[in-house]
Amino acid sequence: MTLRVEARTRLGELALDVALEVAPGECLALAGPSGAGKTSVLRIAAGLRRPAEGLVRCGEEVWLDTARGIDLAPDRRRCGYLFQEYALFGHLSAWRNVAYALHETPRGEREARSRELLGRFGVADRAGARPATLSGGERQRVALARALARRPAALLLDEPLSALDARTRAAAARELGAVIRAAGVPVLLVTHDFAEAAQLGDRVAVVDGGRVLQEGTASALAAQPASAFVADFTGAVVLTGEARRGPDGETLVALDGGGELVALEGPDGPVAVSVHPWEIALARSGEVAHDSARNHLAVDVLSVTTVGTRVRVGLAAPQLLTAELSAASARELGLARGGRAVASFKAAAARVLPL
Amino acid sequence: MRHGWFAAALALALAAVLTFLTLPVVAIFTQQPPGDLVRALGEEGALDALWLSLRTTAAALAAILLLGTPAAYLLATRGFRGRAMVITLIELPLVLPPAVAGIALLAVAGDLHLGLPLTTAGVVVALVFVSAPFYLRQAIAAFEAVDPTLLDASRTLGASPARTFARIAVPTALPGLVAGTALALGRALGEFGATLMFAGSFQGVTQTVPLAIYDRFATDFTAALALSAVLVAVSAGILLAVKLVRGPVALRA
Repeated sequence: MTLRVEARTRLGELALDVALEVAPGECLALAGPSGAGKTSVLRIAAGLRRPAEGLVRCGEEVWLDTARGIDLAPDRRRCGYLFQEYALFGHLSAWRNVAYALHETPRGEREARSRELLGRFGVADRAGARPATLSGGERQRVALARALARRPAALLLDEPLSALDARTRAAAARELGAVIRAAGVPVLLVTHDFAEAAQLGDRVAVVDGGRVLQEGTASALAAQPASAFVADFTGAVVLTGEARRGPDGETLVALDGGGELVALEGPDGPVAVSVHPWEIALARSGEVAHDSARNHLAVDVLSVTTVGTRVRVGLAAPQLLTAELSAASARELGLARGGRAVASFKAAAARVLPL
Repeated sequence: MRHGWFAAALALALAAVLTFLTLPVVAIFTQQPPGDLVRALGEEGALDALWLSLRTTAAALAAILLLGTPAAYLLATRGFRGRAMVITLIELPLVLPPAVAGIALLAVAGDLHLGLPLTTAGVVVALVFVSAPFYLRQAIAAFEAVDPTLLDASRTLGASPARTFARIAVPTALPGLVAGTALALGRALGEFGATLMFAGSFQGVTQTVPLAIYDRFATDFTAALALSAVLVAVSAGILLAVKLVRGPVALRA
């Protein structure tokens, strides 16, 4: 049940022109600054906005085809939509919010089914509470339970973590990742935060000015940005691997595709390691200084892009990463596409996020 | 306390306002012994007027709620050309002098050959005409204040537009709708001019409480006072009900 969304339409000042495809079980993150048209793509997919020209197809079902005059009402499209501020109904208790989506279920079974869904998200004890009395994290879980209640054919998530405070966000992101993987349907996620897109999305599409500027894995985007905008937006480097505890309590990450990293702390199991490009130092191959950096990766130079006074260097280790240097250092090292180098950074610079 | 005189002036102004506004209302209850007021209500004509006011106001409110609620929802949630014009037309009866409203109703009833003038149905028509705008204004504002993403969320959860209106929009806007209903109720109960001109003042048929008060004040002042007392009590009840409904909303915000 692949989800395909194509749309060409004017949104005030913005000319939206996108074509996206998300496979079942896959999460595509639309990332970009506010006003880029990301949310409009979700609204078009859900049928809440009608584009001048467009196509929305989920598996064999055509939800919208302006060329053929097909435009299914939102209630006829089986979309689970998680709204930015969750849009819980204030006059209904948590379980009645969930039960609202179950009007095709026999009346007598709705409450039990709602409570079961809330239980799956760990908020069964809040079933009788009104949304106003729930915490941000609880609201998100109730909204997720409600969005999944109808067994949607596609899941649309609009800034799912932005309404949460920093402390609950990390835990919520982990849970959301599990929900996305368990859903088994195409997931389209919108975020303004590249790190969030990298953590939750299998692929990331960077959107600006109503267009997809570049699409790929987060690490590919960070390492080989097609434009200065994407380079700037992606910010951090993201590497994936398997983490385990080292002899001194540090975290050792065996990178997918080869290589090993050391970080000061982090969970065990599958992880994403994020490093800021300006924390990565480069040296000529075979000239590693004995400095305080504990991570040294042999890398191939894929690209050298000048962004103002800085130079962004795309590298393969073999996973893709990016280093950011001053233009002078880049000249001194004689970096060029196709060359080899050693990338170094301190263990403290590596942030380990659960996958 | 160099500025004590100003605080005293403020308190004095408030005392003057309060006295001016409450004294006449209090006088309704104190001018005659309470026993006489209750006895005057027992008179047949007074009971007829009360019963007629009750029936016509209830009928008018039912019509206003039934048609006004969906109309207000449409105006609040859809943008279309001429929307501002439509809202202005709807609000026009608010500023229309009651005598003009009565003449207007007579003119349209005559043009369309409706047998409404001088009937109970005519009273209901007059009440709807003058009090519907009070409800509509409040209801439009209440529906406009409903977060549109709640309505979107309802649709993505499989609810039709009609179900979204009934199960999400109306309950969310309810405090505003109740306040509008109370305003329309108050206006309908007190309606005098348009009813007198359009329906006349026939006991048991078109003579509502305000018309009965007017009918009696020269001949039977006690009866007029008694009926007035009933209207004061009902009006105070309405005001209190609105405050109670609004109270929890203010606390929730």
